[in-house]
Amino acid sequence: MDAAEIGRTATPELGAEHGLTPEEWAKIVALLGRPPTIEELGVFSVMWSEHCSYKSSRAFLKQLPTSGPMVLQGPGENAGAVDVGDGLAAVFKIESHNHPSYIEPFQGAATGVGGILRDVFTMNARPIANLNSLRFGRIDHPRTPFLVKGVVAGIAHYGNCIGVPTVGGDVYFDAGYDGNILVNAFTIGVAPADRIFRARAAGPGNPVIYVGSRTGKDGIHGASLLASAEFDAASEERRPAVQVGDPFTERLLLEACLELMKTDHVVAIQDMGAAGLTSSSLEMAGRGGLGIVLDIDKVPLREEGMTPYDCLLSESQERMLLVVKKGSEGAVRAIFARWDLEAAVIGELTDDGIFHGRWRGREVCRLPVTALTDSAPVYRRPAEEPARIEEMQRLDLATVPEPADLTQTLATLLESPNLCSRKWVYRQYDQLTGGNTVVRPGADAAVVRIDGTRRGLALTVDCNSRYCRLDPYLGAVIAVVEAARNLIAVGARPLALSDCLNYGSPEKPDVMWEFQQGIQGIRDACLSLGTPVVSGNVSFYNDTDGRSIPPTPTIAMVGLLDDVEAHLTPWWKAEGDVVVLLGRTREELGGTEYLATVHGLVRGAPPWIDLEAEKRLHRLCLTAAHERLLRSAHDVGEGGLAVALAECSFGGAGLGVRVALERGMRADALLFGESQSRMLVSLRRRHLGRLRDLARREDVPFTLLGEVRGHSISIGDLVDLPIEPARERWRRALERRLGG
Amino acid sequence: MRWGVVVFPGSHDDRQVLHVAERILGDEAVPLWHKDRDLKGADCVVLPGGFSYGDYLRCGAMAKFSPVMDAVQEHARAGGLVLGVCNGFQILCEAGLLPGALVRNRSLSFVCDRVTLRVETSDTPFTFGCRPGELLTVPIKHGEGCYVADEATLAALEREGRVVFRYADRTGRPTAAANPNGSLANVAGVCNAARNVVGLMPHPEHAVERLVGGEDGLRLFRSAQAWLGRGAAAERREPTLVPGP
Repeated sequence: MDAAEIGRTATPELGAEHGLTPEEWAKIVALLGRPPTIEELGVFSVMWSEHCSYKSSRAFLKQLPTSGPMVLQGPGENAGAVDVGDGLAAVFKIESHNHPSYIEPFQGAATGVGGILRDVFTMNARPIANLNSLRFGRIDHPRTPFLVKGVVAGIAHYGNCIGVPTVGGDVYFDAGYDGNILVNAFTIGVAPADRIFRARAAGPGNPVIYVGSRTGKDGIHGASLLASAEFDAASEERRPAVQVGDPFTERLLLEACLELMKTDHVVAIQDMGAAGLTSSSLEMAGRGGLGIVLDIDKVPLREEGMTPYDCLLSESQERMLLVVKKGSEGAVRAIFARWDLEAAVIGELTDDGIFHGRWRGREVCRLPVTALTDSAPVYRRPAEEPARIEEMQRLDLATVPEPADLTQTLATLLESPNLCSRKWVYRQYDQLTGGNTVVRPGADAAVVRIDGTRRGLALTVDCNSRYCRLDPYLGAVIAVVEAARNLIAVGARPLALSDCLNYGSPEKPDVMWEFQQGIQGIRDACLSLGTPVVSGNVSFYNDTDGRSIPPTPTIAMVGLLDDVEAHLTPWWKAEGDVVVLLGRTREELGGTEYLATVHGLVRGAPPWIDLEAEKRLHRLCLTAAHERLLRSAHDVGEGGLAVALAECSFGGAGLGVRVALERGMRADALLFGESQSRMLVSLRRRHLGRLRDLARREDVPFTLLGEVRGHSISIGDLVDLPIEPARERWRRALERRLGG
Repeated sequence: MRWGVVVFPGSHDDRQVLHVAERILGDEAVPLWHKDRDLKGADCVVLPGGFSYGDYLRCGAMAKFSPVMDAVQEHARAGGLVLGVCNGFQILCEAGLLPGALVRNRSLSFVCDRVTLRVETSDTPFTFGCRPGELLTVPIKHGEGCYVADEATLAALEREGRVVFRYADRTGRPTAAANPNGSLANVAGVCNAARNVVGLMPHPEHAVERLVGGEDGLRLFRSAQAWLGRGAAAERREPTLVPGP
């Protein structure tokens, strides 16, 4: 938009260019009683975008359980918060930055980290850890190495420079992401439980203050056109819609905001993320039921020639919007000046419920706030199960030959892109800053001590999208359950979760069906385990050239250890310890990594899950951990029991394992099947009886497998794999496949 | 004793050093704001890790112009103790308090890992309580930690015993495989001619608790305590090696 256009009336054609449907345009005209100005059109286009309004998902998200005794803040704020004792709250959220990261992997991923950090420190929580969940296309796709290196370097750049440790995450490769990668970033912070700040404006007459970086033309329409539309060959031309991150400025902003929130000046605070000034000002006013006047020409600008339209829609990074008490302006300015940051009064709250956007004295926007928030469209789009599901679930094991050399099969799996070590990735992340990282990346979950206490937070992100592709309901159930099991494995009690729901276009009935199934799955698993959803994000339109990604409801779950000293890791601790499998192995191979890697098959039903059996396993493991019976614990997940045994042996101490397995089923199902609700533990022999008693009490199948011994992974007469060089190959596989 | 920890905009590990000094060593510790010129009576000044001024332009290149650095220069000239860790080491090199420079890791990537350090000399305040040849397990986390110096400087450092730490394997050999960043001669830390200023890339302050990264890093802090209270016998013990994946 150029300067001559300021305040002009928009046309339906311009509305279509902004991604609005004819029906949405008509609704706007009806709400206002006139066509919008171009500035108003810009505001509507972002506020009613899928990304900001959740118009296709809102009706379904209501089904998720969001409350519980420990929940201090559920969905609807910048992040969720749970009580973790000692007067402290854990504040956390996961969010997607998928399309920007595909177009410009370094800056896209970096600003994804920057955005989620702001969501957390906005609430007065000092960020203590980051995680990320990444999905790339086939590892041998020509673009994959470029994307992986760019995304990892971008995450490292932002997190390392701002000084928040990156302590965990997951990375998977699948052809389903060839044209549409996923970058989901998670941050957790700690705040005083009685001083959580919210984005609810109050007090007409209170000033609205802009702080942080100046506004430029970057990121205009990031939320509407980049995040809320399908991808095609022209998408790369939208690179200017990707923002550029400055972690140093964000660090200053973080310190200044936390310093400010120690005072009583702040009424409400929200970061300017997606849809920038528009969404932060309108959402704060909307939550408070108020109106707002913004003098848009007072926004500090980075470049000349910017119009009010640009200022309203820019997604320049490292900015915050505050509502403070009248009379506090000087004090606020002084705090930000100490950190060499700008603070500008750009408006005030009103009681008329109207958003007045003024530019050099002239009103260019005059919109009822509720028209933008409460009146946003809500769609119940058509949903239909596609025929492919039934076809894909069909699997005749009789046609799948058992490998002759199972030792070789295990070696192959350990070097496969989805099972090999992630060290090449996490070595690039500062995992230690803050001085509280107790369990670093590479275990079932990360453990971070809560500074100044004996407690620890356990953190994990999980989603097996192959299961979700085959059965979007069961896949979502397993994503939640596996996240919980990973927390249990380190000895933590699961508390709550944040979800990042990555799906294709909601305008496709099969995708909408997958989405609804996913919501149902998360809901059922959460209700069963007692872990509410306290924050989250929906990312639709993950399609390229008409092809949708596999459903990927990424679950970021947080658990609590009352005594962080009692945490567990997966690695064997001492020769002679006994190795026990808790849980039952079924003959099931559907959706396994083994079937995909060795036989090239993505078929069958995902493993069966019995939520009651799962809960009994959790209770048993937590009791055993509490009684200090266990020396190690590891979830049996992708790659099955054989891969789990190898992972426990790769801890660096060089300890091997010797086990015997009762057959009774195909050897490949026994070794590589991914039956749920299983935990592999090791313990001193003298604790065996007590663990067996506890298992009997909880009715959890108990199998004494063998013991920690020697320097190889030895499984009956099926497998005998020396730890070295298998470990070295497992460690280097990713770097080798990505070309260094 | 009294520790002074410089806080630049973008410093990260200042809080960790204060934690070590106060909560683990039981000493006094004061943060020193970069805009101040007063060292507040610190016996030992620590320049912590982080990304001072965002490491824009060049690591440490902006920080050396901070008002506080004039006072640090003066403190060093007078023989006071100065320890630079990671970004602090880079700043000391930029400020000319230590020779050489730190450039981009040879891998071109940031690296966070545990390394084995071989103590090369006990003749500095920060290795006073160590044996030469002693091995310490300490973490690194840096993108620009490759130590370089011209041939004459490096020869002088070796001749004068001013290489304080070297990257080594678990048996103590300074091999190429044990060098995480491509530093010349596996140099991980050096001192000035007067030996009161020491800089190193690894983070001893992140190896001070058994629960979090082991305790080998404490050797440096306890050495400084002992050196200042000379005569007090420095604690001596075997280094621990913590296996990791």
